Amino acid sequence: MSEFLAMGGYAWYVWPAYAITLLALVMSVLMPIRRHKDLKAQLTGLVGQRENTDAS
Amino acid sequence: MNQTKANPWRRRFHELGSPPSVYALAGRLAPWLAGICLLLFAGGLTGGLFLAPTDYQQGESYRIIYIHVPAAWLSMFVYAVMAISSAIHLIWRMKLADIVARASAPIGAVYTFLALVTGSLWGKPMWGTWWVWDARLTSELILLFLYLGYMALVSAFDDRRTASRAGAILALVGVINLPIIHFSVEWWNTLHQGPTVTKFDQPSIAVSMLVPLLMMALAFQFHYGWALLARIRSEILESERRTAWVSDLVGHRS
Repeated sequence: MSEFLAMGGYAWYVWPAYAITLLALVMSVLMPIRRHKDLKAQLTGLVGQRENTDAS
Repeated sequence: MNQTKANPWRRRFHELGSPPSVYALAGRLAPWLAGICLLLFAGGLTGGLFLAPTDYQQGESYRIIYIHVPAAWLSMFVYAVMAISSAIHLIWRMKLADIVARASAPIGAVYTFLALVTGSLWGKPMWGTWWVWDARLTSELILLFLYLGYMALVSAFDDRRTASRAGAILALVGVINLPIIHFSVEWWNTLHQGPTVTKFDQPSIAVSMLVPLLMMALAFQFHYGWALLARIRSEILESERRTAWVSDLVGHRS
């Protein structure tokens, strides 16, 4: 296992490359999914408000 | 024009671009793309990090190839998608094409950034330098600036239509950079190595290395699809926020 992690002496190049890639790929799907959720919640609030003012 | 009703193809085309149906379709497709993407990553990483043999010249450092090459391929593929949708938007005024182009830009920028960073981390141990102004690296850096320029331009106008048209023109002009990136290693004497996989007649790479590489490339492809659909959904919701179907969607009757 430690041999695997050492990457033949290139650990300091291989693992940061993989770590940055993982982080960037995860963020680039999580961020839009989150934005979509927030937007939906925000719109629910907005539409509710509009209905209330219409009713009054 | 009463032709519009008579021509079923034209109606199809408009349905294809109708926001509620695209929104629903994107929501239904996304989990599938996500699942296939994760499976491909699992397979590609297992193959690339555990099963593929050590490179006889580069040792273990070559394993960066499994993320570097897919990121670089996708950086160009996404740009091509962006340029084609920009052209479609300019010619037919199709709204969905504009949304695809806008949603693609940040994702493409991420792949370009990753191609540059992982390339740098590979270059240091192999070439002895993080960066060199050779044709391949420079043209890939220009690609990053094209993405960032597109994003800046599109958000610089208050009027959405002007913004889209300006962005589309920039995207189309930038297409010239794609063949430059691809052929840079052949046209100029570069430090960057020549193609190993895209010489389809005889790829100079062992099958046990090639298979995980192609799996990773497919994984990135599905990742793009997944991220694109997620962004498209927000874009549609945002631009359709005042419509009846969005009101229905968020749980209120109009």
